Amino acid sequence: MERKIRVLVAKPGLDGHDRGAKVIARALRDAGMEVIYTGLRQTPEQIVGAAIQEDVDVVAMSILSGAHNHLFPRVVDLLKEKGVDDVLVIGGGVIPDDDIPGLKAAGIAEVFTPGTPTSVTIDYIKQNLKRKA
Amino acid sequence: MAHAPLLAERARAQDARAVARLISMVEREDGSRLPELKALHQWTGRAHVIGITGPPGAGKSTLTDKLVAELRGRGRTVGVVAIDPSSPFTGGAILGDRIRMNRHATDEGVFIRSLATRGHLGGLSRATAETVRVLDAAGYQDIIIETVGVGQSEVDVVRLADTIVLVSVPGLGDDIQAIKAGVMEIGDVFCVNKADKDGAERVIREIRAMLETAVLNGAATRFSELYGALAAMGLGPDAKAGPGPGAGEASFAGAAAADEDAAGGYFQAGAAHHIANQARGHDELALPPVLATVAETGQGIKELVDAIKAHEAGLAATGLLAKRRVENLAWELGKAAADRILSGLEADERRGYLRAQAEAVLGKKTDFYDALEAIAQSLRAGS
Repeated sequence: MERKIRVLVAKPGLDGHDRGAKVIARALRDAGMEVIYTGLRQTPEQIVGAAIQEDVDVVAMSILSGAHNHLFPRVVDLLKEKGVDDVLVIGGGVIPDDDIPGLKAAGIAEVFTPGTPTSVTIDYIKQNLKRKA
Repeated sequence: MAHAPLLAERARAQDARAVARLISMVEREDGSRLPELKALHQWTGRAHVIGITGPPGAGKSTLTDKLVAELRGRGRTVGVVAIDPSSPFTGGAILGDRIRMNRHATDEGVFIRSLATRGHLGGLSRATAETVRVLDAAGYQDIIIETVGVGQSEVDVVRLADTIVLVSVPGLGDDIQAIKAGVMEIGDVFCVNKADKDGAERVIREIRAMLETAVLNGAATRFSELYGALAAMGLGPDAKAGPGPGAGEASFAGAAAADEDAAGGYFQAGAAHHIANQARGHDELALPPVLATVAETGQGIKELVDAIKAHEAGLAATGLLAKRRVENLAWELGKAAADRILSGLEADERRGYLRAQAEAVLGKKTDFYDALEAIAQSLRAGS
């Protein structure tokens, strides 16, 4: 059977705005992916637990609160700790350009800021999966 | 590729990554899962499988979240298989059941997996049965299957679950009428959720009236079979003495003795009915429990788990658990065999053969029934 791309869309941290996350979730669904949405205010530990149980190919996180420099790398580190090295981790939200190089160095494969067409994110995911279909 | 069943070994130690990988292999029907699942086979059949079903928006996910918490509080490990629909157009899906239950994601005694239906009808995904077996073998003691939001005929969960909780909710108006004839017949425990909302009492009355009618009509339902078996053992609402003469011979006798008290709880949970029934002049009616819950606040959850566990005890005490599992597995084997035959028919060379038969029928060289017989014989000879 055809391999489905599974994506965990997660909202780490305390901000309560998930409009952007839901827009992405719907766009990925319409691109034929299976999107597991975990809801608001998730800890990095919860995100990693869900990513493992759901055996996802991608973890896509959105943050609007400014805590991205702490929370995004924390998820990457926790995945590493659990021995998970084949999941693509991407981020989005209100993230200053100056922070992006640091996030990439910390293992966030790509960062999508407001205004990015959803088709760009979809293409990026399809071309950069760490596990081959 | 043949290899040692390494994932199976890790899954047995409740390694979440191994369990998750096995379920993914099941989902894509990966041939390399077979040695793993064969290795796990001897460890299956131990979990209590609980189905949670009902219409969309009834609160199944929130209820499942609270059931997980209550079962964990009782020292049980819990697996959850949560099913949501795939888009028939894009094949994509949004699996949102975790929104209500992700607080359990860091609890090592809980494993939650979301499955998309991937085109399968009936309220489950094709992978559900095998996924349940993986979780069972991994040692999760209670496994909850949360079906997609159902309408009338998505009743496949009866083939997998030992105990089915049918969740209804006030405010659906005529929908309660609509589901009466379909999924309403499959409940072992009935639950009216959002019971703090207007109309909850009416829904409870309607469900009880429906169940009473079923009993008075002598309808063969899941619960009537269990009540009959319990009554035959001298257990039940009217039991005056201990177990009846047949009880000691039951193959489950050992387990049964321990379960008898618990089995009575299924009746206690339904005790409210007897009061209502007596008022209506048929005090002999034994009905399954209809419980009111407010999942959001946790109200009624303890009683719901009590009723679920009492039902399981009743099944075990009467031997019905084993009997139903045989029936269900026979059904699943039959279906899998039919699928295999179908996939043989859909192979390219078969398609050509089927087309040739179709042309022969249309050209009046043979008729539909002779063509069918020829196809059936070629299948028997060919495979």
